[in-house]
Amino acid sequence: MTVMEQRGAYRPTPPPAWQPRTDPAPLLPDAEPRRVLGTEAAAQTDPELLRRLYAQVVLGRRYNAQATALTKQGRLAVYPSSTGQEACEVAAALVLEERDWLFPSYRDTLAVVARGVDPVEALTLLRGDWHTGYDPYEHRVAPLCTPLATQLPHAVGLAHAARLKGDDVVALAMVGDGGTSEGDFHEALNFAAVWQAPVVFFVQNNGFAISVPLAKQTAAPSLAHKAVGYGMPGRLVDGNDAAAVHEVLSEAVRRAREGGGPTLVEAVTYRIEAHTNADDATRYRGESEVETWREHDPILLLERELTARGLLDEQAKEAAREAAETMAADLRARMNQDPALDPADLFAHVYAEETPHLREQRALLRAELDAEAEPEGGHR
Amino acid sequence: MTTVALKPATMAQALTRALRDAMAADPSVHVLGEDVGTLGGVFRVTDGLAKEFGEDRCTDTPLAEAGILGTAVGMAMYGLRPVVEMQFDAFAYPAFEQLISHVARMRNRTRGRMPLPITVRVPYGGGIGGVEHHSDSSEAYYIATPGLHVVTPATVADAYGLLRDAIASDDPVVFLEPKRLYWSKDTWNPEDPQTVDPIGRAVVRRPGRSATLITYGPSVPVCLEAAEAARAEGWDLEVVDLRSLVPFDDETVAASVRRTGRAVVVHESGSFGGPGGEIAARVTERCFHHLEAPVLRVAGFDIPYPPPMLERHHLPGVDRILDAVARLQWEAGN
Repeated sequence: MTVMEQRGAYRPTPPPAWQPRTDPAPLLPDAEPRRVLGTEAAAQTDPELLRRLYAQVVLGRRYNAQATALTKQGRLAVYPSSTGQEACEVAAALVLEERDWLFPSYRDTLAVVARGVDPVEALTLLRGDWHTGYDPYEHRVAPLCTPLATQLPHAVGLAHAARLKGDDVVALAMVGDGGTSEGDFHEALNFAAVWQAPVVFFVQNNGFAISVPLAKQTAAPSLAHKAVGYGMPGRLVDGNDAAAVHEVLSEAVRRAREGGGPTLVEAVTYRIEAHTNADDATRYRGESEVETWREHDPILLLERELTARGLLDEQAKEAAREAAETMAADLRARMNQDPALDPADLFAHVYAEETPHLREQRALLRAELDAEAEPEGGHR
Repeated sequence: MTTVALKPATMAQALTRALRDAMAADPSVHVLGEDVGTLGGVFRVTDGLAKEFGEDRCTDTPLAEAGILGTAVGMAMYGLRPVVEMQFDAFAYPAFEQLISHVARMRNRTRGRMPLPITVRVPYGGGIGGVEHHSDSSEAYYIATPGLHVVTPATVADAYGLLRDAIASDDPVVFLEPKRLYWSKDTWNPEDPQTVDPIGRAVVRRPGRSATLITYGPSVPVCLEAAEAARAEGWDLEVVDLRSLVPFDDETVAASVRRTGRAVVVHESGSFGGPGGEIAARVTERCFHHLEAPVLRVAGFDIPYPPPMLERHHLPGVDRILDAVARLQWEAGN
């Protein structure tokens, strides 16, 4: 008897019928990013919201310019600019209620400021006087996160804890396109979906992870498509269209608050400036590409819409510009003051109670400081 | 003197009791990890907790250590006290970034505004015949990270007391559980468990005059056995159980070495870059004029943890400790 004959005689039991756990179709993002400004959908947007977005985006652009200038003056160690991405930054802050939490990455200073944190405190990390300048509980903003995507599981845990306590709190976590390659991105999305945690994952796809373009970052059809694998909806939005970003994020926040679980939102945008002032963007992209995106500027898009609908005149534009200049002047003035630093703080917040060996090291530093303070020719 | 009903209990039972008591005393204590719920943990340390407190308090998570610890960070931010289980020493490595970049320094990053009271339970060490990645002694990585407390019990009573203290601590604590002591029995009063000495204090487990064995966790019983064996050689060894590597109890250790004049540090983890080097340096700095011999180390070899059929050659045993003790009969020029 041949092997084939043996196989023919064998009648295997069929495996149990396989069922997908979730119908993937409703989770899939649309083929095109959601757009509102300049389309018929804009008529549905509250004019007051459009005005507010405009004022905030203009303010944000000025903030980015001022912070970049401060790096050139040596007042900031580094500044990762979000110029071109202001619509995302502002919308992320505006869609949240006071009780909600924002989990920013290092490029999201603007969202932190739009949430209400003092602009100077928001820059403390980048100035270099402390790692986090603001009290995270005051405005419910987690510290700016430098490692990539590691703040995403924090957002999931916080949202999960809030739900366990019966609070209808939503966490919105921001991450870049590069961050979606990190393991913590995957683990956070998976935990959030399994736990149905009230979280919104907000990816700002600005085209580059420092110098690496999206095509070298992922083979996925879009970053929003990644949601389907976790069992949550993925949404694509034009990241330069403030009204669209606000709409899509609001919908995700509402869903989360009502117990519908997490959403992954990908905003397609562009980083107009280099990664930071220490980066040379001309090594990896051409000026013509940047120009294309300048024509799709978030401020321009809002201005066109508001002007076409008679919601913005020269006077209103001037008022927005003035408010931005006032903010910038205040920021400049306060950032030009040297922060008062106490070296003893080095040991103050390592543990709730100083350990014996930190007490020894504090004494050593104290002795060094005392020796420095002694007048010239003093005893050593 | 009060008489209490002391009964034999295992370290695993004491740990379970500590978790249960902590959860009963404080509704913000949550246990999470892979297999901690329905199964009760692969070592059964979380046995019965999900049943008693519900799956929201004792949660089976997806299999992802960074996710387990990362979500615990968020839970702690919102006022909970998460106790996470890492199942096996080497399984904790994917969670290192969360531990080092966030857990250890969130208090510091936020000037004390956002402390993270997280307990990370890590079953560690060898001697149970585990296959690769199931027997690492990873304490050197943890003690090199400022912001973490690192403790490890060697007795049943300490397993209970230190775990209660760890969970109650407002700082993150890496709680290293010596796997091979899980089933070690001790007389202990499970009806009225007491926390004993606090985190940060070392304890003299056996007083002696001729030399000090400085040790912790799984090596404590080995050192006590070596001390008994050394009596035949005329050595009266003192055994100090550190209990806590961070904070480190220099006082108890130095006081012992000043009495005895000789010291051997014993641990399972490798000797190069291991805790023994740090301890020997601290002892030398504090006791130099009292020392009759160099501080010696008896440690695991500086090799990846060996396969189970060879691990007995790697782990510091009584003979290797006694050889080191013999070398303390130091004469300059030897």
